[in-house]
Amino acid sequence: MTALTMANLEALYQEVILDHNRKPRNFREIENADRRIEGRNPLCGDEITLWVKLDGDRVSDVGFKGTGCAVSKSSASLMTAAVKGKTIAEALALFERFHEMITGKMPEGEREKMGSLAALGGVSRFPIRVKCASLSWHALKSALEQGPAEITTDFEGPPQTEGA
Amino acid sequence: MSRRADFPLLANTPGLHYLDSAATSQKPRVVLDAIRDYYERDNANPHRGAYDLSARATQRYADARARIARFAGVADPDTLIFTRGTTEALNLVATAWGREHVGRGDEIVLTGMEHHANFVPWQQLALAAGARLRICELTGDGRIDLDRFASLLSAKTKVVAFNHVSNALGTINPVREIAALARQRSPEAIVVCDGAQSVPHLPVRVDDLDVDFYAFSGHKMCGPMGVGAVVGRRALLEKMPPYQMGGDMIEFVGDDRSTWNVLPHKFEAGTPNVAGAVGLAAACDYLDGVGMDAVRAHELELLQPMIAKLSAVEGVRIFGPRDLALRSGVVSFNVADIHPHDLSTVLDHDGVCIRAGHHCAQPLMRRLNVPATARASVYLYSEAADVDALVAGVRRAKEMFAVS
Repeated sequence: MTALTMANLEALYQEVILDHNRKPRNFREIENADRRIEGRNPLCGDEITLWVKLDGDRVSDVGFKGTGCAVSKSSASLMTAAVKGKTIAEALALFERFHEMITGKMPEGEREKMGSLAALGGVSRFPIRVKCASLSWHALKSALEQGPAEITTDFEGPPQTEGA
Repeated sequence: MSRRADFPLLANTPGLHYLDSAATSQKPRVVLDAIRDYYERDNANPHRGAYDLSARATQRYADARARIARFAGVADPDTLIFTRGTTEALNLVATAWGREHVGRGDEIVLTGMEHHANFVPWQQLALAAGARLRICELTGDGRIDLDRFASLLSAKTKVVAFNHVSNALGTINPVREIAALARQRSPEAIVVCDGAQSVPHLPVRVDDLDVDFYAFSGHKMCGPMGVGAVVGRRALLEKMPPYQMGGDMIEFVGDDRSTWNVLPHKFEAGTPNVAGAVGLAAACDYLDGVGMDAVRAHELELLQPMIAKLSAVEGVRIFGPRDLALRSGVVSFNVADIHPHDLSTVLDHDGVCIRAGHHCAQPLMRRLNVPATARASVYLYSEAADVDALVAGVRRAKEMFAVS
């Protein structure tokens, strides 16, 4: 009666996800951050504040705080670990690949190359949860693309049409 | 006897535990048949054609209005204006009455438990007019304290707006008492009541409530989406300017000015939703066939075990009145630190549909100091098995997220 199988549910809430939900990494404010951005998902009320420290064009540190579901919180946590040390261009490219993965557009076999982010691959079976997984990434993208003069930006959240 | 058989979606989906009727109800076959029958036999543009088919469509529309007015306890059907739903109904009042009567220094009194549809139109009216919005804070268990409410009312109050039943807490508010306070302390104020969650679930006689405007939606009471109504006091409706302009709502259109049609047409510009009205009238027949006292009694029979069984799960926090006499069939709750969206996804696996989020009541979520809640709501087709599936799913989610 429902397309939702136990396998799908377990793929969504893998141990990695539950672990990052319970103990999010880099769950902290960064003093003297070069970028600070607030994002929210108006549909569910999830909120995130993201701090980015840059060293030239390299992301030297990322931290976040906020409230959200297990998917959004663990995704933010995994993202901070994944982009630390990457250049801005590399981080943005990684978002593109991550987005392909969670929207089910990634070719077979590519997911394994996503490292720890592969744990969020199960989201592709839950279109209404794509927004949860992408909130922190959209915030990162806005933060990295904004000019250095801007420190705080109000970010409107993922596009309303995303995943729906 | 199970009423699921009357509802094709439920009959066709065994194992579905639909506990989101506060968002929208399922539709009985008689409503779907009535809509189809209208389109197959009597469909034409009402009030326009000088031919028999159009006259029949006009009659179906008028009959539907009379039927719905009778269901809601409204003696004068012409004071029942069809709208798309409660949201449009409340916007109609805030715009057509509000713009002419609310000005700088005036006050609008609301409560902290309003749905955005009965909050944002007043907030924006206050901003545009330079008026002040006053929000009545709630008791710890999500009720309106009448003394506190009275303290906000004064001669400056021009609008008193509140819901009959809270969509997020289930609280049943004392409409007549609040209206009486408003009459006493704020003689110039209109009293506006959002009945979206009351008309579907409780016996409601709008004429007995002594409010000036009362709004409700068809889709939450077994009717189709896209039809609802606002009932207004005739004297006020006649003095108000129209809300939207166009066909049907005019009497005479000159090059420089126009005059308006009589009630209810003055507020129903454009081709009306006749099929929607016909469907809603059939829903009224269906509900009256069951009896609204029986609907309420059935919901209470499910509410009592739902609250008892959820309360027995460690970590569950239930919001809203503890006294079931003051609560409709809505239970808002949280489970330890499991986010309601995660809970909803896990419950969905067991076929249990609940609402998770802010319930279009962000001002209330701030006051409860939570980002979101889970909400289970019952209706006349809900069963004990639905409650049991909900409770089992909550226990499973706790195991899955390893919270004790």
